[in-house]
Amino acid sequence: MKNYDMPIFAALIALLIVAPLAIYPVFLMKVLCFGLFALAFNLLIGYVGLLSFGHAMFFGFSAYISAYTVKVWGWPTEIGILAGTAVAAILGLIAGAIAIRRQGIYFAMVTLALAQMVFFFCLQAPFTGGEDGIQAVPRRPLLGFIDITRDINFYYVVLAIFAAGFLIIYRTIHSPFGQVLKAIRENEPRAISLGYHVDRYKLLAFVLSATLAGLAGGTKAIVFQLASLTDVTWQMSGEVVLMTLVGGMGTVFGPMVGAAVIITMQNYLAGFGEWVLVIQGFIFVVTVLLFRRGVVGEIAALASRFGRRREGSARMAGSPATGH
Amino acid sequence: MFELIGVPPQALFGQLLLGLINIINFAHGAQYMMGAFGAWMLLQYVGIPYWGALLVVPVIIGATGIILERLLLARLYHLDHLYGLLLTFGLALIFEGLFRKQYGSSGLPYANPIPGGTNLGFMFLPWYRGWVVLISIVVCLATWFMIEKTKLGSYLRAATENPTLVRAFGINVPRMMTLTYGFGVGLAALAGVLAAPIYSVNPIMGSNLIIVVFAVVVIGGMGSIMGSIVTGFGLGVIEGLTKVFYPEASNTVIFIIMAIVLMLRPAGLFGTPR
Repeated sequence: MKNYDMPIFAALIALLIVAPLAIYPVFLMKVLCFGLFALAFNLLIGYVGLLSFGHAMFFGFSAYISAYTVKVWGWPTEIGILAGTAVAAILGLIAGAIAIRRQGIYFAMVTLALAQMVFFFCLQAPFTGGEDGIQAVPRRPLLGFIDITRDINFYYVVLAIFAAGFLIIYRTIHSPFGQVLKAIRENEPRAISLGYHVDRYKLLAFVLSATLAGLAGGTKAIVFQLASLTDVTWQMSGEVVLMTLVGGMGTVFGPMVGAAVIITMQNYLAGFGEWVLVIQGFIFVVTVLLFRRGVVGEIAALASRFGRRREGSARMAGSPATGH
Repeated sequence: MFELIGVPPQALFGQLLLGLINIINFAHGAQYMMGAFGAWMLLQYVGIPYWGALLVVPVIIGATGIILERLLLARLYHLDHLYGLLLTFGLALIFEGLFRKQYGSSGLPYANPIPGGTNLGFMFLPWYRGWVVLISIVVCLATWFMIEKTKLGSYLRAATENPTLVRAFGINVPRMMTLTYGFGVGLAALAGVLAAPIYSVNPIMGSNLIIVVFAVVVIGGMGSIMGSIVTGFGLGVIEGLTKVFYPEASNTVIFIIMAIVLMLRPAGLFGTPR
């Protein structure tokens, strides 16, 4: 079967390059940040079969670190984002080492509990600003010369970060390392019996996922010039699960489609307050019951069924000639 | 000091029971919250006092649990358990959202049915807390007895090991699962009614609870029911002591213990490695 991933990706990037002509750049940046966050999450659930219910801890904590280093210590923007990403990686190493000791549903419960611990830490630690968060984070020129106070300039920077993140993940899942991850997802005991150090693979995937979630969080903090408790709550962990589920778990493009759908929905429903929670819950229930493959997964399934039928009829038409 | 000792055992217990039938019920916290709201609404709109609510609310919420199980959850049993988790997470969001929409997120008061208390010498024990501890112990022991010592309990344990075989013996396993789910949800609601006079009745009380319950389940392990009771009560004492001696850590102490236990005994204190 032919792989259309790269042409689709190129088309998507081309579309995103011209998108600010029609759509508000800050909204697009939000979609890209959450898209990267969901892609990072999908690396675990889609390719290793680990459901992390605490990914907000990497996203939100990195946002705090980036916001703090840039605002209070006056670090350059790019160093601030990288600092947040690095701290998320370290946090991922610690949380991952603890969480991979349990499988399946318990993995989800452990990550949720660890994220709640990080939440309480952020609530009580003095540097996070408590309920107010860290506000008015300055947007200093990137690399000293790119003026990111203009949204449109910053948008292209965020797009570049997103594309880099996407390519890292794409490269990972199509490498021999990614193949081992899929083997672990399909049959962990067999992967162990083949001599793979399963825990090491899982931990590395977890750290990579946490790092990219941190990159998304750090970028988000600069985009909105804000890091707050919302980013580390369990609701945020749930949101990224929802995005990935709606878009399609284990698909290459699903998470960003899901992110776009959910962010758009939140944007339109912002005035309805608590109904957003109810509607998100409703989408969870409907997706789990009826469209488990998600938007992209369902489209791919349709396309492959169509492709197979065409292939099948071609073979049938050709059979008399090849018969003898 | 009786924060965890007093209130969540029923909620914890309901979850353990559901764990036995391989459901991790994310909506458990929401059902606990609905139990508390049920008591408040009965008093407010119908005039049924606390003692009536204690009997009526678990039955009503348990019945809604049975409906949810039949209509939604039962369709997912043949899939990975993760889908059940995601479904119940969605349900939790719906319930919490609806109650927040209706009642806001500040708490509503519920009058204490047994005011007063006694001085034990080393601490002051309100009568109501004493009553909660008493009923917690009774419910825990009764559930433990039902699962470990009765025929029904042994059917249930057998059905989780090998449902096909148990069905071949003519036992209606799906109905048993449904009733177990309803019972577990009823316990969550009972915990909610018991909690109503202690905390104010609040739409977000459930989500705080469920994460702690999950952590306790991870610490105790799923191996033994008695082990989980011991873990639950023990952690309650530890949390209470932390509140007295180092209040800053009282929110996180359970999670720190969970991390340490996972490093030392990955299957949990009383769990058997699988």
